[in-house]
Amino acid sequence: MKRFLPTTMLTFLLLLSASLAFASPATIKIGALFSVTGPPSFLGEPERNSAKMVVDEINAKGGVKGKKLELIVYDTQGDATKAVQAANRLIKEDKVVAIIGPSTTGESMAVIPVVEKEGIPLISCAAGSKITDPVKKWVFKTAQNDGLAVAKIYEYLNKKKLAKVAILTVSDGFGSSGREQLKAHAEKFGIQVVVDETYGPKDTDMTSQLTKIRGSQAQAIICWGTNPGPAVVAKNVKQLGIKLPLFMSHGVSSKKFIELAGDASDGIMLPSGKVIVSDVLPAGDKQKKSLLAFVKDYQNHYKAEGDHFGGHAWDAVMLLKGAVERGADTPAAIRDQLEKTTNFAGIGGIFSYSAADHAGLGKDAFVLVEIRNKDWTLVK
Amino acid sequence: MLSAYREIVKFLLLVAIVLLLPLLIQEGYLLNVMVFVGIHSILALALNLLLGYAGQISLGHAGFFGLGAYISGILTATYSINPWAAMLAAATLVTLLAFIVGFPILKLKGHYLAMATLGLGIIIYIIFNEAVDHTGGPSGLSGIPNLSLGGFSFDSDLRNYYLIWTFTLVAIGLSLNLVNSRIGRALRAIHDSEVAARVMGVNARLLKVQIFALSAGLSAVAGSLYAHTMTFVAPASFGFNFSVELVTMVIIGGLASIYGSLLGAALLTVLPEMLRAFQDYDIIVYGLLLIVITMFMPGGLVKGLPGVLTALRRKAAKEESGDA
Amino acid sequence: MELADQIAQYLVSGLSTGAIYALIGIGFAIIYNSTDIINFAQGELVMLGGMFTLFSLNVLHLPLPLAILFAVAAATAVGVLFERLTIRPLKSPTPLALIIITIGGSILIRGITMMIGGKDTHAIPAFSGSEPILIGTATILPQHLWIFALTALAITANKLFFEYTITGKAMRACAVNRRAAGLVGIDVKRMVLFSFAISSALGSLAGIIVAPLTMTSYDVGIMLGLKGFCAAIIGGLSGGIGTVLGGLLLGVLESLGAGLISSGYKDAIAFIILLLILFIRPQGLFTKAQTERV
Repeated sequence: MKRFLPTTMLTFLLLLSASLAFASPATIKIGALFSVTGPPSFLGEPERNSAKMVVDEINAKGGVKGKKLELIVYDTQGDATKAVQAANRLIKEDKVVAIIGPSTTGESMAVIPVVEKEGIPLISCAAGSKITDPVKKWVFKTAQNDGLAVAKIYEYLNKKKLAKVAILTVSDGFGSSGREQLKAHAEKFGIQVVVDETYGPKDTDMTSQLTKIRGSQAQAIICWGTNPGPAVVAKNVKQLGIKLPLFMSHGVSSKKFIELAGDASDGIMLPSGKVIVSDVLPAGDKQKKSLLAFVKDYQNHYKAEGDHFGGHAWDAVMLLKGAVERGADTPAAIRDQLEKTTNFAGIGGIFSYSAADHAGLGKDAFVLVEIRNKDWTLVK
Repeated sequence: MLSAYREIVKFLLLVAIVLLLPLLIQEGYLLNVMVFVGIHSILALALNLLLGYAGQISLGHAGFFGLGAYISGILTATYSINPWAAMLAAATLVTLLAFIVGFPILKLKGHYLAMATLGLGIIIYIIFNEAVDHTGGPSGLSGIPNLSLGGFSFDSDLRNYYLIWTFTLVAIGLSLNLVNSRIGRALRAIHDSEVAARVMGVNARLLKVQIFALSAGLSAVAGSLYAHTMTFVAPASFGFNFSVELVTMVIIGGLASIYGSLLGAALLTVLPEMLRAFQDYDIIVYGLLLIVITMFMPGGLVKGLPGVLTALRRKAAKEESGDA
Repeated sequence: MELADQIAQYLVSGLSTGAIYALIGIGFAIIYNSTDIINFAQGELVMLGGMFTLFSLNVLHLPLPLAILFAVAAATAVGVLFERLTIRPLKSPTPLALIIITIGGSILIRGITMMIGGKDTHAIPAFSGSEPILIGTATILPQHLWIFALTALAITANKLFFEYTITGKAMRACAVNRRAAGLVGIDVKRMVLFSFAISSALGSLAGIIVAPLTMTSYDVGIMLGLKGFCAAIIGGLSGGIGTVLGGLLLGVLESLGAGLISSGYKDAIAFIILLLILFIRPQGLFTKAQTERV
């Protein structure tokens, strides 16, 4: 009894102390769920940085329709359980009007039942096509579907008359979605996947998988992953003297990849959002203005290169801003206005949502780039 | 007699608190946290039976938790089996599996045991990730139904709160019975000295395996409850980190303390919420906590806090008398 | 390409990855053999080796040899500090408490490194170029040769130290029976500190030498540490050839598993083998059975 009472009291005191909430009615509260730490922090960190940056900028210019935006970011660590807990907190305690994120497809799928039930608009920053297919009433997304990136590679292969590919994908959410799309779209383009290999996110040597690929009929290699794995693959390809064309995914479209892969990066091609090539885009490109502004701001704020992952969060905030500008201030009105977004030129592409399409992007969201002399060049 | 009476009063007190708590916390969010505290309590309790009472470490319990969640999830979402039946199947299968692997694994001791259970956990985790056709792979499995009774579906925080805490209370009741029985005494004997226990006629090996299986089965039940509450499962929730988190819950609360498990689970579920202010750095606090508790409060908070209080009081009294 | 050629490459790849595991595994074994502690933070020392090298190359602008010296010294200091602050004050060093404390330590070291150094992965230049070397039809990188050389050096030095120096013998005595060692006048606490210093130095050296291949970031230590641990267990936690064989075997099995069975399940294959070895021969594959200590 002596121990029991304090124990129980402490337990419940803890719970009550966690419930301290702050309210400031003059602001519009936006929740954000990003995997700032944990394995997907390569997504969550630039996303949080970009979202904070753009919210600060909007507030510095006087906010939206006289109201300041308040961004509440919770770290989900790439874990569905934590994402759901944080989403509940955002909705029930912080009383946000909309949520941006989560960073990964898995976390997004976990949070969807919560927002659908509570009626809060969610703008996911993850790429998985199942997030908005089938369309869910409250769920939108800004990241380009992986299928679009796959199509970009396959179109190029068709042009070069290469029909047999080997795929090497990382066994996490990003890689498994890529693997699914690579296999699903192959037939449509008359392409045959002759080798289908995976590697672990922390693996440090992929020569075994590549040796198997070397011994196959493959005419090209497509590797789907995020740093650092693909850099190891690039080096291993060089080590084994494999001469096949090597494609990467948009998961490595940042200077970091070139830095990690070093000389081995030369000649690698990949589909990418337009961020990395914003300065060489033709002047008529509708996204060019947003892209240049984003890249410059990010460089000023964080002394680092802005990438398209951060762009997903930038887009999400701007889409919300657009909805609020058009007069929406309740979750339901924001949702309705989001759905009416047309021709918004953001970082990820030109968004046009509709009742039947909550992904909102076309094929032109991606360009194919080649790495030459440690820099990007557009493949025409 | 008196101690048995005390135990019953304590337990009834807990039941009363659990029943009345929703009246106190109207807010939906806290109720949602309480749902997870309930699930984590079952897990900490299950692990404490093994770790605290039998003295056998497991760094793979997240795997059993995950197996429960995935078996329930796949059976209901893919094969449309009744959730209660799926839960029963999950518990049975995992108990059986643990019973079988328990024989060779529990032959090991100390860090060998730690390594073996860790390996087992990782193997299970890899299967969740790789068996994409069944588990949905790293992006997870969605569309798992809520549990329901008749036409009554457990689909709100309040309903889930009562559902899960019913299970938690039953688990606590069972554990209390177990540790105060002949088996409990035998377990403590194994913990203190396995050889001595064997000499006294305890079938140490079988008993350890049985506790291991029970612990795994209980974790699987928690997994089923988790799957049906979340309606979604993904592998990242069942990795090595979560196994360590579970061990931390048990250590912080107090080894071989049933109510301590409850405290540990509550603390580790709520702590991250309070550490939000630290943003990226909560992991440091977490590591520090693990070290400090083990170093200075080997009995966990349940035994450590009253001890610290008494020590402080004694010190104060001593200083007073010393000054005089 | 012929299957035989493929298998040759699998073997060579496996051996070179295995050497990394072996080198890390030896660090575990040294601490275990002189203190009976499995240091779950050993993987973080491997990580620190790489991160400190990166720091001294990019921030201090030291030349590579000096950078390596600096990194080893810094990581060793961390290891020693860890022992002094957490292990030594422990009143009842039960295996469970030690496991928990070293796990806590690994979380802490990883967290602090992330806080200071950020979450990015960084490349470290290879010691002597990255022109592949041909062995028959298989290829290997010059960095692998460095790893093989260092591993050989480490086990030789280790053997000489523990067999022929007074300090080494004293450390072994501590592992066999702490109290008896204390009774014959060995400063047990100092020996424990020594073994942490040695294994930290070795762990960080391993981290430095593998970094050009694995690259470095705050979280590389987890998987490398686990694999090193596996290697040590397979080798029966010997500080010598057993662990090296264990590491090489693990590397080859992984590589063959990835190439011939399934790359997705290759880690699972490695851990299943680990479990089987623990079940059948818990004393390791290459050592004689010991009588169980109570």
